[in-house]
Amino acid sequence: MGRYILKRLISAIPVLLGITIIVFLIMAMIPGDPAIAILGGYATADRIADLNRDLGLDQPLVARYFIWLGNMLTGDFGRSFSLNRPVLDEILERFNATLILAGVSFMMCSLLGILAGVVSAARQYGFADKAITFAVLIGISVPSFFLGMMMILFFAVNLRWLPVSGMYAIYGGGDLPDLIRHLIMPATALAAVATGVIARLSRSAMLEVLRQDYIRTARAKGVGERRVIMGHALRAAMVSIIPVLGIQAGFVLSGAVYIEIVFQWPGVGRMLVTAILQRDILLVQGGVVFVAACYVFFNILVDVAQSLLDPRIKT
Amino acid sequence: MTLFHLTRRTLLAAATSTLALGTLATPALAQTPEGVLIVGQIAEPKSLDPAAVTAVNDFRILVNVYEGLVRYKPGTLEVEPHLATGWEVSEDGTEYTFSLRDGVTFHDGTPFDAAAVKFNFDRMLDDSHPFHDTGPFPLAFFFGSVVATEVVDDLTVRFTLSEPYAPFLSNLAYPTGLIVSPAAIEQHGGDVGRNPSGTGPFSFVEWRSNEAVVIERNADYWGEPAGTEAVVFRPITDANTRVAEMLAGGIDMMVEVPPNALSEFQGDDFRVVEQAGPHLWFLILNLREGPFANQQIRQAANYAINKEAIVNDVLEGTADVAAGPTPPAFAWAYNEELDPYPYDPDHARALLSEAGMENPEVTFYVTEGGSGMLDPVAMGTAIQADLAAVGFDVSIETYEWNTFLGEVNPGLEGKADMAEMAWMTNDPDTLPYLALRTDAWPEAGGFNSGYYSNPEVDALLEEARTATDQDRRAELYRQMQVIVQEDAPWVFVANWKQNAVTSDRVENFSLEPSFLLMLQDVVKN
Repeated sequence: MGRYILKRLISAIPVLLGITIIVFLIMAMIPGDPAIAILGGYATADRIADLNRDLGLDQPLVARYFIWLGNMLTGDFGRSFSLNRPVLDEILERFNATLILAGVSFMMCSLLGILAGVVSAARQYGFADKAITFAVLIGISVPSFFLGMMMILFFAVNLRWLPVSGMYAIYGGGDLPDLIRHLIMPATALAAVATGVIARLSRSAMLEVLRQDYIRTARAKGVGERRVIMGHALRAAMVSIIPVLGIQAGFVLSGAVYIEIVFQWPGVGRMLVTAILQRDILLVQGGVVFVAACYVFFNILVDVAQSLLDPRIKT
Repeated sequence: MTLFHLTRRTLLAAATSTLALGTLATPALAQTPEGVLIVGQIAEPKSLDPAAVTAVNDFRILVNVYEGLVRYKPGTLEVEPHLATGWEVSEDGTEYTFSLRDGVTFHDGTPFDAAAVKFNFDRMLDDSHPFHDTGPFPLAFFFGSVVATEVVDDLTVRFTLSEPYAPFLSNLAYPTGLIVSPAAIEQHGGDVGRNPSGTGPFSFVEWRSNEAVVIERNADYWGEPAGTEAVVFRPITDANTRVAEMLAGGIDMMVEVPPNALSEFQGDDFRVVEQAGPHLWFLILNLREGPFANQQIRQAANYAINKEAIVNDVLEGTADVAAGPTPPAFAWAYNEELDPYPYDPDHARALLSEAGMENPEVTFYVTEGGSGMLDPVAMGTAIQADLAAVGFDVSIETYEWNTFLGEVNPGLEGKADMAEMAWMTNDPDTLPYLALRTDAWPEAGGFNSGYYSNPEVDALLEEARTATDQDRRAELYRQMQVIVQEDAPWVFVANWKQNAVTSDRVENFSLEPSFLLMLQDVVKN
């Protein structure tokens, strides 16, 4: 097992290197350079050239890439010019907020999605199945930012049950209940689509398993229905559900970008959008690499979990 | 089969109880506390160091924490003494001597004196100053003509300029001229932007990244103490969310209300505040080639565009129709006799046929959004339709803001005939001097991207910049406006009215023509 994990970790290295190259090239190729973004209305050719020299952007592309990569390997992500502070400080601070939001949201969508899928499958074509399928379709079809705005309008502006935005109350907040109150809407909005997808796939995975001979055998032996579903069927179905969770984790992470903007959540997604608009190259590059690394790492976890569940997967 | 017994009845019961629980358990959220003003800002500030920031968003915080030698007289763009009690200008206009206010201290307890003033300007202008490096700072050119700052005595400081430069005083009143405590700079170095210390009515408390900047009443303030105990600036980048926070009572004041959201704030619970500022939204026309090389075609474009409809329908009344290159907010320099080009499509058609070009083809650069650009896509589309109605054949090319500036600032030659643009300035000198002179063509390092050139305008602008008498300057600017309007190097479209909404618990608030947010007198109940 240890060797399998090590192998997977080593195979992640070229993936991450590839990501650094892609994000670096994208930032180098998009039009509108950082000097113009900094100078704004006051950008003249002379000032742009001066500033590019100060920022080290007058050097050849390849040299810039290796300087950046080398610095990053020593833990130096550079300094964000739009925020005037080290990129790594900003990312770590922001990432915390994103992890809370995406983590809670991911747990919500996994639990609810699998539960809904199992119920649907157990009650195929029954009322519960139809109700869940209907709800799931709505969940998948409504764009999350729209759902977010509607939730704000209804629960925060009209009913005033929940705060509109932010992570903590400005005054008298900062504790766990405060965080939860701020978290309910963004986490739900973010989880909606993924819940739907997971529910649908869990349902079909369960149905597939429930048709197997050994389930019939189990039932024939007189095993209780609860045990058949939860013990026999779900365990087998999990093998095909878990990779879906891995993929959905990526969607939740990227979906956080919209949700963080709508709910003013101080996370990495909102940071990236602002950084891209301001051409804050180092912040964008550092942020993307960080997010990508998390995604890669999470997928290794998923693979390991899967290999534990399914002995057929060679380790 | 009793597993997951989900029936219609249980579903209904669950739904009803959730709803009931929600209604019972949660009273309306607490309102914002008394005496604390919570302001919804449009973005996270970059820094709170006046020698590092360029954005109006950051200035809104700065001007409440720091003060300058002079300031804009409330409600105007005229300069009056502030930390200085008065000043004298030498005959030749190159020496400015300021007498400083006695007994003023910075928030960190150190005294404000001539040495502090010198420290600040040396830091900004002298490369060899130990604290010079504040990151890329394009506004240092505001004081580019200052060659020396001397301490005459403790309460007297003298600036020597390389040449007479009339906008010097209004640049001093701008946030770039705010004075920071030298002790704070020495203590925090480059991080003074996160640990600001000034002389203003509010002192800095904390900055929670991406959540809030908190400032509180300065108990030792030399003037009238501030009307609120504290002010909290919250960055809320999404305009819809900012509106929702305002409606839900999470903030007491928001700036830059989107025009289409203004109707939400009609009731008694809110107050909408407006103030025209030194802003101009215009179209740069390419005079070097293509149809707009011809003055009649340029005038035709000015006649063809229905500016009233743009400001009233597209911008929902959040702007006025512009008459010329100088915004009316510069009351002392504005030419009241100037009337905007009327909307007259027939006259535009007549001009086109006189010029022998009934269907000129025009490439039009539009941006998706940017500083001061208001609603550029909708405005661009309306303009395209108006021009098409008189015979122009306009094709729009849309760019993201930074890309747009990268295309427009180096000049329109070979690329486009017309481009949107907007400027907010602090002196009537700035925009025409940087964007209308022959020496301001892009190849000379200016912003005259349409290559307008009129020696008479050049001479007027040079003289206005060096004249130290304000009446004389005003006269020169008024003449310039008449000529430029007639030459029509631009289509003059709109002057933005900055707006803000406050809740009914906020009193004594008004917006300033400078677009700065002065909160000293505001009371929050």
